[in-house]
Amino acid sequence: MKRRQFLGRVGAVGAVGMASSLSAPALLSSTRAAFAQGDDIPVGVLFSLTGAVAVVEHTLHDATLLAIEEINAAGGVHGKQLRPIIEDPASDPATYADRARRLMIRDKCVSVFGSYTSASRQAVLPVTEQRNNLYWYPTLYEGRECSRNVMYGGAVPNQQQDDLIPWAIENFGPRFYMIGNNYVYPKEENNYCKSLLSKLGGEVVHEEYVPLGHSDFSSVINRIRAEEPDVIFATVVGDSDVAFARQYHAAELDPAKMPVISLTRSEVEVKAIGGEAAAGHFSSAPYFMGHNTPENERFVENYKARFGADQVTHFVSEAAYFQVYQFKAALEKLDPSEITPAAIRDAAVGLTLNAPQGEVLIDENLHTHLWPKIGQWQSDGQAKVLIQSEERVAPKPYAAYEGQTCTGQGLVKA
Amino acid sequence: MDVVFNQLFAGLSMASILLIIALGLAIIYGTMGVINLAHGEFVMLGAYATWALQSFAGLGVLAALPLVFAAVAAVGWVIEKLMVQRLYHRPLDTILATWGIGIILQQAVRLSVGAESRFVKGPELLSGNTEIGALVMSNYRLFVIAFSIFVLVGSWMLMTRTEFGTKLRAVIQNRGISECYGIESKRIYSITFAYGAGLAGIAGALITPLFSTIPTMGTGLVVDAFLVVIVGGLGSLIGAASASVLIGEATALLSAVMNDTLGRIAVLAGIIILIRFRPRGLFPSDTRN
Repeated sequence: MKRRQFLGRVGAVGAVGMASSLSAPALLSSTRAAFAQGDDIPVGVLFSLTGAVAVVEHTLHDATLLAIEEINAAGGVHGKQLRPIIEDPASDPATYADRARRLMIRDKCVSVFGSYTSASRQAVLPVTEQRNNLYWYPTLYEGRECSRNVMYGGAVPNQQQDDLIPWAIENFGPRFYMIGNNYVYPKEENNYCKSLLSKLGGEVVHEEYVPLGHSDFSSVINRIRAEEPDVIFATVVGDSDVAFARQYHAAELDPAKMPVISLTRSEVEVKAIGGEAAAGHFSSAPYFMGHNTPENERFVENYKARFGADQVTHFVSEAAYFQVYQFKAALEKLDPSEITPAAIRDAAVGLTLNAPQGEVLIDENLHTHLWPKIGQWQSDGQAKVLIQSEERVAPKPYAAYEGQTCTGQGLVKA
Repeated sequence: MDVVFNQLFAGLSMASILLIIALGLAIIYGTMGVINLAHGEFVMLGAYATWALQSFAGLGVLAALPLVFAAVAAVGWVIEKLMVQRLYHRPLDTILATWGIGIILQQAVRLSVGAESRFVKGPELLSGNTEIGALVMSNYRLFVIAFSIFVLVGSWMLMTRTEFGTKLRAVIQNRGISECYGIESKRIYSITFAYGAGLAGIAGALITPLFSTIPTMGTGLVVDAFLVVIVGGLGSLIGAASASVLIGEATALLSAVMNDTLGRIAVLAGIIILIRFRPRGLFPSDTRN
């Protein structure tokens, strides 16, 4: 074969390839039109009911289903019921991706609600982006992500820390001891905290990370005792946090002098820590169970009536709950014949909703404008809200990275 | 200097917890050659039994200890009768079988009690600290250290100073000949397994006020317990005791010099090197061939 002939053939093949790829959007749009054309609207619910993170994700699963049931009982959307399709990804990131694919392709879900950990969200990310579907993620997280196919319902570092750090310095002092589990979330939060501290004249006396699931904190507590910091800035999660709090209390360190200020401790952890050991320490979050609004009273009452009087609501389950209502409000803005995940996303931008924490707004970068609060734990296991931000705080997922902004067109680098 | 003393105490406290968890495993492993992967779940059952006794019967951790021991020993006895006894001549299969039992126990607790972390209140009597100069020691941790020594001595007495212990050692040395002398080896094995399980239960009860009580808590603990048994040498009580102190102190001191993550890595690396040069552990017992 002569070189010219070869090039010609390659060109022809290329042209055919072009033609077929041109026809692809038409094919895709015909499949898209098939979304939610049945008698009901299928939505995926992807929280682990087994495995390591099941403890927390179970409550998110419950909160999501509660909202779906309430919406259905009130007549559904456009006269159609929401049909939850439940998958159990068993706390394994690869299984999340697999089940998300199943929900989006086989079950033709218009949206999937799921994930607690960043690892599982990042596993689902390529799937939801490839299918141009929508993944509703309720957890506070470390930011530094800007997908057009994920609706972020939780706080990012600037929403948890902008009010908290100046308040902590003013009330307790500038010397911070950072303790976190060894993974991306604590490191990014500490990163942002350090940038705030350097602006405000604070200092980090020690920064350390323990393995996930670490349960003996006697060395850490000895170090804290020796360093005598003003504030323990904690991003320890789950069982590690329970062990840390109990041992901190057993060591008789005084929360009035050296309070633990946590970004991750919620009503769930405090229930296991015990009110006595948790009392006097602080958490920063947009929502606490004891928050006083009519929306929250209704949420807590319905949640307890449905799942048991000993259950607690917390800052992630609240977001899991209101995100379903945001989804419903977005659907209502659309004509029933044009329901697609991308249309739902576009309709959701700018939506406001009276959530249990206050009126929340979806930013064009798909994160949520929230109401940061600082709560002090009481011996009854509930937090007393000491400080509530005066205005709704906008999400800046790249706050710690100068020159990068997450916008409605995706990530923009200056 | 204060830091060193405080870390030494932290190491001792860690060692006492390791010892009390590993002791039951060492006895079962050393005497019967059964690698009991369900050991961590026995610890977990002990913790949950303590929780149940506290929330439903109002018993404190200390008052619950004998009951927890009896309850978990009973579970161990039943498991030995139903499963482990049939597998003594297939040691490799016991690994798989006990692992399966572990999963069953874990899921049973998850289904019946729930997956979320449970709260157990520590004993009022032992709250607070004892301070000697700059050395601050938690009273509860002091108690755990004392109790682990008590259990160690108790187990040693049981093995060497009682008729049961003599019979057990005879069975370990030669099961066939012992049976010829009228020793019921099956019964001896059942009791030993139950005793080991009961000790794990006590360990579970003792750690609840410090750690988080969840269905998966045993998985991490059994790894530490195996480290102790392997470093100490199979079936040696003295080995288990010295290995726990060694591992506890090494972890505490190394994590003071570096941090908890690096400290842990250094300890594991040290154990690998130790096993390279002393493959049978520090105090290998010569009773089993």
